[in-house]
Amino acid sequence: MVFATTGTQFPFDRLINILDELAPQLNEKVIAQVHHTTLRPRHIKTVDFLAPDEFDKLFNEARLIVAHAGMGTILSALQQNKPIIIFPRIAALGEHRNEHQLATAAKMRERGWVYVASTPEELKSLLLTPDLHPLHRIEGTASQRLIQSISDYIEKE
Amino acid sequence: MEKKIFAAASLGGHWKQLLRITKPLEERFEVVYVSTHPQCATMIGESRFYLTSDFSRNDAWRMFPVFFRLFRILWRERPDAVLTTGAAPGLVCLLVGWLLRRKTIWVDSIANAEHLSVSGRIARHFASRTYTQWPDLVQPDVLYAGSVF
Repeated sequence: MVFATTGTQFPFDRLINILDELAPQLNEKVIAQVHHTTLRPRHIKTVDFLAPDEFDKLFNEARLIVAHAGMGTILSALQQNKPIIIFPRIAALGEHRNEHQLATAAKMRERGWVYVASTPEELKSLLLTPDLHPLHRIEGTASQRLIQSISDYIEKE
Repeated sequence: MEKKIFAAASLGGHWKQLLRITKPLEERFEVVYVSTHPQCATMIGESRFYLTSDFSRNDAWRMFPVFFRLFRILWRERPDAVLTTGAAPGLVCLLVGWLLRRKTIWVDSIANAEHLSVSGRIARHFASRTYTQWPDLVQPDVLYAGSVF
């Protein structure tokens, strides 16, 4: 199963349309968490807001995650060792308030931790690549340096 | 006595980042949480949890009931420090912490790689300590000390 997630703030119809177009070629179920969309996709299942436990369930069951370039989803994928393709929202197209997702995508591409699709063509070709494997794994906690710095500051009189 | 941290974040990426910071801090401090979804309570073990409503710039008037609720909670909890990764409700927590003369720590979301978030740019004026998670964004009053990765 492919699980796509687009956050809870704005619609992201560009991503949903591409998934709907490619779903018949994927030979597996595609479930997408959407927000306030007016689209009626024909080949994928869409769900609106998911409570955290329902979200985690789909996330765990998925073979592949496809998402906007939201850090929450990226963190979860890296922590759970799931392959993830990110497709950033573009504010110039009215998909977000500002272009921070393009920045996130650029940083992620630099590190090579996730699959990044900057164009619909790249997204399509990644979706059709069989057996994408996870590129990087992280532990469950922030860097020791950050923990120490915060800790020292709170202890300080 | 163990010092107390009041940790705040909205559900989603902000909350995930917060837990990556507070879980190790729980070994040394008492951590009390506030977030925007009741199920967040199931992710923090035995720690105390408070619920607040979420809001954003699009429905900013909601900050007033959120402010009064958080003020009452913080007044009662008397934490030594307020720690937040955002977004808007976290900023309100920080303001309340500032009013109550607590240590106030803003960790700007790792999603802001090119400049500090809008909330972060407000927060840095009130926070007794502001962190960015990107070395390029360091300023005299904005520190970098690693990230949630």
